[in-house]
Amino acid sequence: MKRLFWLLPLLGFAALLALMAGNLGKPTEAVIVSHMIGKPVPDFAFEGTAGAQGLSRVDLAAGGPPVLVNVFASWCLPCAVEAPQLQALADNGAIVHGIAVRDTAANVAGFLGKHGNPFTRIGMDVQGRMMLALGASGVPETYVIDGKGIIRFQHLGEIRADHVPILLAELEKAK
Amino acid sequence: MIPELGHFALWLAAAAALLQSVAPTIGLWRDEEALSGLAVPAAVAQGLFTALAFAALTWAFVVSDFSVALVAANSHTMKPDMYLVTGVWANHEGSLLLWVLVMALAGAGVAVAPATLGPRFRARVLSVQGIVSLGFFAFLLFASNPFDRLIPAPTEGQGLNPLLQDLGLAVHPPLLYIGYVGLSVAFAFAVAGMLENVVGPAWAKATRPWVAGAWAMLTLGIALGSYWAYYELGWGGWWFWDPVENAALMPWLAATALLHSIAVVMKRDALRAWTLLLAVAAFSLSMMGTFIVRSGLLTSVHAFAVDPARGLFLMILMALYIGGALTIYAFAAGRVAEGRQFAAVSRESALVANNLLLTVILGVVLVGTMYPMALQAAGGAQISVGPPYFNMTIVPIVLVMAFLMGVAPLLGWRRSATGHLAARLLPAAVAAALAVVVALTLFGVRGIGALLGFGAAAWLAVASISILAKRGLTLNSAGMALAHLGVAVSILGATASGALQREALVAMRVGDAIQMGPWRAELMDVRPIAGPNWTAVEARLDVRRGGDSVAILRPQSRMFVAPAQETTESGRAGWWTGELYSVLGQPDGTGQWQVHLWFKPMVRLIWWGALLMAFGGLLALGGRVRALKPRRGVEMSGSPIPQAA
Repeated sequence: MKRLFWLLPLLGFAALLALMAGNLGKPTEAVIVSHMIGKPVPDFAFEGTAGAQGLSRVDLAAGGPPVLVNVFASWCLPCAVEAPQLQALADNGAIVHGIAVRDTAANVAGFLGKHGNPFTRIGMDVQGRMMLALGASGVPETYVIDGKGIIRFQHLGEIRADHVPILLAELEKAK
Repeated sequence: MIPELGHFALWLAAAAALLQSVAPTIGLWRDEEALSGLAVPAAVAQGLFTALAFAALTWAFVVSDFSVALVAANSHTMKPDMYLVTGVWANHEGSLLLWVLVMALAGAGVAVAPATLGPRFRARVLSVQGIVSLGFFAFLLFASNPFDRLIPAPTEGQGLNPLLQDLGLAVHPPLLYIGYVGLSVAFAFAVAGMLENVVGPAWAKATRPWVAGAWAMLTLGIALGSYWAYYELGWGGWWFWDPVENAALMPWLAATALLHSIAVVMKRDALRAWTLLLAVAAFSLSMMGTFIVRSGLLTSVHAFAVDPARGLFLMILMALYIGGALTIYAFAAGRVAEGRQFAAVSRESALVANNLLLTVILGVVLVGTMYPMALQAAGGAQISVGPPYFNMTIVPIVLVMAFLMGVAPLLGWRRSATGHLAARLLPAAVAAALAVVVALTLFGVRGIGALLGFGAAAWLAVASISILAKRGLTLNSAGMALAHLGVAVSILGATASGALQREALVAMRVGDAIQMGPWRAELMDVRPIAGPNWTAVEARLDVRRGGDSVAILRPQSRMFVAPAQETTESGRAGWWTGELYSVLGQPDGTGQWQVHLWFKPMVRLIWWGALLMAFGGLLALGGRVRALKPRRGVEMSGSPIPQAA
């Protein structure tokens, strides 16, 4: 028993080595996808802002049509860049909800006033909790979430014009 | 010709390493002192030949000898002179040569330093060091030869990655390597200590200076890397929990724990097995860090030679060395026993708590770094573990550690009374409370984490200074007080720059201005300028506070000629603690420029603190080295009471 105890470091190292050996030479992808895809949205409930109602997990899992959830912030320049595309998505019938990360009500209002407001609901995620829960690696990111609240697709970075049809197709697929 | 001489010197150094590892092994086994004594000249020869090889490679870089493949791939005649030299280690082969150079010099250092534990132990240590170097020489000569020729030679080189053409990054690798390799000495002492069964206070006393020196250099190296990332990468942050940063942090954490636990072995002859494990782990983690950086195993900003064959080579080396050391540990650790006992309230137990917390942080970092890989190995998707995970887990532990660091130095060894603590810690407690109140009222800080950070910094700072009051001013006590004070200063810097930071990201035309808190920044102009091997567009931001111009910020977007690559040069203006930090982004095509502006109060304290820590480590090292000198008539006892001057 005692002997076994002193062997533990060696065993731990062997496991680590095996793990690294298994990965050696495997190509690593540049884009890292959230491990949350295919899983339900974690529980959350955020206050609304700028006249919009807040956003919670219940809203997403209520059995409605699939929606887009856009993680954004007023301090993020690419978020301003993607605003017209988000508006285009909304104009094409997509329901777009926003989660404002580490932001203040005044700044969000200013941002929406300047760049337009495509959002149906907006949740204020003051501590950036949702980024961790969704497995986001930055802002902006956009998620397709189906009526049962399952995350089906993740779009990293800003939405460019050619991404709009892709996101619409993903919404269709999630129905 | 000179590169060939360098190549030859490298082979001779490898031969010396072979002699250094084999002769003492056989000599100690057969009890032939003449044979085991060969280790000493072999180690010195290894040091000399490696230095010669390194000089040869440096010469090839300085004269831009593009017939050497490594020089052609990494240098350029237009490069400023200083970077011709530092370019030697800004690549895989050259940095590995630097690694073995530091290792060989450390070996020579052990060989010529007084053998306080006797010639037999020194021979054993040198044989372990020889075995470790031998593997790295093999890796250099067979898989990463820096002297490979390129025929026909090109007339011009491909240039050095512009991000690396920077003074901070020029000295960052040597410092890190001195740290890593210093830990290899501790590793050799640990393995030899187990084989020779001499682990005890005298062993700890002989090992500790190496650990302290390595730790100080590692601290400086990491701090410099962090400072470089801060001003060069233009992200406004100073620590990104990037896998490669973690790879350097892990040996540092292990070395920090080792530095403290080895003191317990030295003074109280307790915690032997644990200290041995830490000594093995610290260098093992250094090797793993090197391996991770050079194998392409993890995605990171620190792109290095991504070559699976080299990865396999390094992995076999690691398996041999770490696996070998841990196997010896499994057999020997039971034998060395834990040494003497101590009470629950004592300096020892506080140091054990410190060690446990450091180990928890180490575990958190290790899991965070390896988890993406484990998940991928299990067939899952590729993910990355980001700052939120690390910050949420590590910040609370650091706060608890800061608290303990204030208390521990005031406890006595073995069994401590607690009656004196309240009085001794009163100033620290008052300072902590004051800091929280000031942060809350004057600065309007609201986050509980930030408030605790301010409190912890004040607590630890005052408690560290009061160490001196208790123990008197000796090199050791001053070193410890300074290092702990450094931690407090770094905590203050990290907390304040995070909690009080202001940030603005705007698109502005020349003539536009933005208001950020009390600062008003006006974009005066954007114009092209030229450097030795780059051209840039430079913005001029006039920052005013209350109407007075306080600073002109000059952020640049630089375009290097060879290789063609763009870098951001942050425009900064600061005073001794805080700074204004600006980054010039891309033009949007309509005459607007993207400008990112930060105010980061006290951010510089993060690195000032690290400097204090390293300096404290070196002071304590000075104390140890002095104590190592044999002084007739004065028996260096292990008593914690400083000797009267």
